[in-house]
Amino acid sequence: MLNYDLVVVGGGPAGMAAALKARECGIESIIVLERAETLGGILEQCIHTGFGLHYFGEELSGPEYAAKFIAQIEKTDIVVKTDTMVLDISDNNLVTAVNKNDGLLKIQAKAIVLAMGCRERPRGALEIAGTRASGIMTAGTAQKYVNLDGYMPGKKVVILGSGDIGLIMARRMTLEGAEVKVVCELMPYSGGLTRNIVQCLDDFGIPLRLSTTVVETHGKERLEGVTIAKVDENLQPIDSTREYIECDTLMLSVGLIPENELTKNVGIGIDRITSGAVVDEMRQTDHKGIFACGNVLHVHDLVDYVTLEAQLAGKGAADYILGNSDENPCYVNGTTGNGVRYLVPQRVNINNKDDVKIYFRVGRVFKNAKVVLEVDGNVISSKKKVKLAPGEMENVVIPAAVLSSMTADSSIVVRVEE
Amino acid sequence: MKRDLTCVACPLGCPITVEYTDTEIISVTGNTCKRGEAYAKTEITNPTRSLTSSVKVCGGVLPVVPVKSDKPVPKDMLFDCMKEINSVCVKAPVKIGQVIIENILGTGANIVATNND
Repeated sequence: MLNYDLVVVGGGPAGMAAALKARECGIESIIVLERAETLGGILEQCIHTGFGLHYFGEELSGPEYAAKFIAQIEKTDIVVKTDTMVLDISDNNLVTAVNKNDGLLKIQAKAIVLAMGCRERPRGALEIAGTRASGIMTAGTAQKYVNLDGYMPGKKVVILGSGDIGLIMARRMTLEGAEVKVVCELMPYSGGLTRNIVQCLDDFGIPLRLSTTVVETHGKERLEGVTIAKVDENLQPIDSTREYIECDTLMLSVGLIPENELTKNVGIGIDRITSGAVVDEMRQTDHKGIFACGNVLHVHDLVDYVTLEAQLAGKGAADYILGNSDENPCYVNGTTGNGVRYLVPQRVNINNKDDVKIYFRVGRVFKNAKVVLEVDGNVISSKKKVKLAPGEMENVVIPAAVLSSMTADSSIVVRVEE
Repeated sequence: MKRDLTCVACPLGCPITVEYTDTEIISVTGNTCKRGEAYAKTEITNPTRSLTSSVKVCGGVLPVVPVKSDKPVPKDMLFDCMKEINSVCVKAPVKIGQVIIENILGTGANIVATNND
């Protein structure tokens, strides 16, 4: 059995930033376990630019953003095991993993950072009628085929879902010579950034059909076409609007789900809205010594915020290992008010001496609204926003001075005022 | 002439209408700030885009390496640039930041590698 102070599960942007921060805070013995063959996580296949504007102040591609952290890890003696799959975490922090060289690995950790990222919602979750012809894949899978493996998965493409990965792939396939016939979006608005709708669809004349979904796939060996239809206000397809579109590829960009099988096996509490762990302001779960950060905790809009969150988890884990964390935390749970879907962190230790930033997402589009933070019924902050959209993360800050005035019975509410 | 645009200067996404002739811009309407006006004018007179793609690698571990234009290129030259990029096979090893195509099609932009191979 191996012994490490800190085991980090996942070597993407979250895992790397957490490991580096823990090292900076004085933790000597750290191991990062990564399932893929290289560090970097999903950034390796996100070759478009737009990463790092907040954190580095420059616009980078995904691999460039990851490379900055990989270079930092390589300068340390942080142990990295790639091609290594974590199978289980026990409730006394024993990590079981497997790879080709070591066989079965048992690693006893003092603290663990969960940074496994998220997974795309697959076809099975959509219940589309039709055969199992080849040519139906998630947008992320197609992205891997084109950007890492170097081949085109199809020539005539229909994309279901207007999340950013779908939009980015519409442009990528078009530039490589494919014909993207249409992007269908079930909701009456797109979940993607306006910039991506303009530069990935409008630039190439690709139509975006809102309130439209794919109801059937056709073809036996290879996909030959799909039937699309408009949906009513209850999101049910309207039969009279059915339309056949010839295509050999259907890409799905219909949402991301945090990958929390390991988390659930430990018995860690999961937030039903985020599908990630319930955490405090240092991203510690309800299991002492286990922290979570990045897309495994909640799906982020920008990697820059993943990095910042992972640094909190790395510091929290370091404090825990060094015995500097609060033995008797006093937690107050946050409450979602009007228009707010979830809060991360879900609870705050009021003994914390620093300002606490709470991230959240809204449930629908708001224009000219205010984001209000209330503590014990008093408005702490009220910020005007020209636009709030579900696709973008927002945040409020509880100042340290307000925290120190709170008690165990205090309340924290975040809401949107129209 | 008249063209409808969606502004990308901020997340608001204002619908902007531009009226213009071959020689000048007559009016910009629909924008709610100055950045919107500037965006609309550039989109009509000289639209440019950053281009990212991948290039074939010979003798490397991975079959392709990602690349980007180190500055934006004219929008109407995106497909011509793609043709150039797809005609290249770069020899391994490739280093991040390495220039793969210098001054692509005279645009002044270099195509550079964005990862190590």
